Amino acid sequence: MTATGRTAGTPQPIGYGRSPLGRAGAVLRWIALLVATVLFVIPFYLVLRNALATEADITGVDWKFFPTELQWGNFGELFADENVPMARALYNSAVVGVLGTGGQLLLASMAGYGLARIPYKHAGKVFYAVMATLMIPAAVSFIPSFVVVSSLGWVSTLRGLIIPTLFSGFAAFLFRQYFLGFPREMEEAARVDGAGYFATFWRIVVPNSLPFFAAIAAITFIGNWNSFLWPLVIGQDPNSWTVQVALSTFVTAQTINIHQLFMAAAVSILPLVLIFAFLQRYLIQGVTQSGIKD
Amino acid sequence: MSSRSATRNNALWFWLFTGPFVLGLLIFSYLPILWSLVLSFFEAQNTVTPSKFVGLRNYADMLTDANFVSSLGTFTVFALFIVPLTFVLSLALALLVNQVEIARAFFRSVFFLPTACSYVVASLIWKLSIFNGVRFGLANTVLGWFGADQIAWLSTVDPPWFWLPIVTVRLWLQLGFYLILFIAGLQRISPTLYEAAYVDGAKPGWQTFRFITWPQLRATSVAVLLLNLIAAYQAFDEFYNLLGNVNFARPPLVYLYGISLGSIQDLGRGSAGAMILAVVIIVLTLLQNKIFGFGKAND
Repeated sequence: MTATGRTAGTPQPIGYGRSPLGRAGAVLRWIALLVATVLFVIPFYLVLRNALATEADITGVDWKFFPTELQWGNFGELFADENVPMARALYNSAVVGVLGTGGQLLLASMAGYGLARIPYKHAGKVFYAVMATLMIPAAVSFIPSFVVVSSLGWVSTLRGLIIPTLFSGFAAFLFRQYFLGFPREMEEAARVDGAGYFATFWRIVVPNSLPFFAAIAAITFIGNWNSFLWPLVIGQDPNSWTVQVALSTFVTAQTINIHQLFMAAAVSILPLVLIFAFLQRYLIQGVTQSGIKD
Repeated sequence: MSSRSATRNNALWFWLFTGPFVLGLLIFSYLPILWSLVLSFFEAQNTVTPSKFVGLRNYADMLTDANFVSSLGTFTVFALFIVPLTFVLSLALALLVNQVEIARAFFRSVFFLPTACSYVVASLIWKLSIFNGVRFGLANTVLGWFGADQIAWLSTVDPPWFWLPIVTVRLWLQLGFYLILFIAGLQRISPTLYEAAYVDGAKPGWQTFRFITWPQLRATSVAVLLLNLIAAYQAFDEFYNLLGNVNFARPPLVYLYGISLGSIQDLGRGSAGAMILAVVIIVLTLLQNKIFGFGKAND
């Protein structure tokens, strides 16, 4: 304690990271942060630039940081092109995103509540059966799942896109953990008033857990919207393509203009940016919870 | 109400709550795995029903298939790149963001925003705009400013330039997620620990990081490593969209997709491959659990 020249007793704000380099360290930190910021923003900028540029601006020999003239007409052109089923793909993605998220929340929250709160002698075994499904990564089971969905005749249908994805062991696990920490007194008050499990769940537990539901909903929706492997496996007919499958098909086939492709990409990002803007707080909270309580 | 009927009631309620979910898991998780296990012992080409019993032949085929074995190698190299890089960079960014006193929320948002982007869209930007092999790609434009030659990023195998776009696209997409985990971990560390260290004469900076921050972040670090590795196992989207089904860099899932749903449509061999991969992943996961003690680090 002798090394520092500070007056003893003066409370100093002590962060773990006060740099020993002092001012120079602070400048370096800011430079590092700003460089990282630029690198992280560039890809978003490129989507916008390419979406609003002419084909010549994008593929010209000289790099253009800004398009010569903003082409807002690219937006209408994308949806007017009959060879590009973009409107249909957006519709499919929206249906998959909304119904998939709603269904997953409903099923997982109820299962999580049952596992957390209803005393039943086999509950432990059921819980292990749920957890065991987490051992097999979803991506490895795409062949087995395709086999089942295909024998149900659900290939290239919205049912095939949505229903098999509804049963997320991970979401059920998160809800169980969350409900275990839910204040029991609130539920007991309701039960004394004669409410059963069902009424307690819907009238007390769910309304008081909306931030948690919002967090899981935001994460689930983003996951559903961005999901690629399963929609690729199931969407064999262009009418059942989601946005991601459509975009991917255009990249590999190269039958579409670059500016149109980037306009499509920009349109596909838009819903997520909106969710991000409105639910950021819950989203971050959800990531924190899902990551640590894994 | 007698206690026996209360118990029976609870059983009923339990199944009303968990039944639909458990039924779904049976149909869409357990049944597929079982069916696939059966298929893996049969010939099943262009069909999802087993036709001729072939014993272990599908397994033997896959294990001696140079392409399948090399796909496991591709995955290993990828994990060796992506796991340490993601860990170090997300921790460094978290420390930086946590140290600035202004605009912290702004930086957090900037780094987290790509998390909302899909691999397909990111691959599209990487392939057509940044790492395009021609002059108008951003990377080659920048190289041009320094008078360097253009590089065909995605098809150059020697030196293996293709790893640069493959690795950076994932870094861009997932750093923000792990950054948030680390920031949450940092904020749980009690300030009194730093004060005590300061009183004991620890120099702020490396010493406090080494003796306080790092040990206190243990649970978070383990979670980040494991989630990261599990995510690396599942690599499909960026490889498929950036490289396609090429033989020099094809992770197992891209190869299995090609076998079972591509031109050959051999679901028997595909199923055998999926089973082998599942076993590899389960063994690796259990090993990590043993090494890192994930469960213990948690509470």
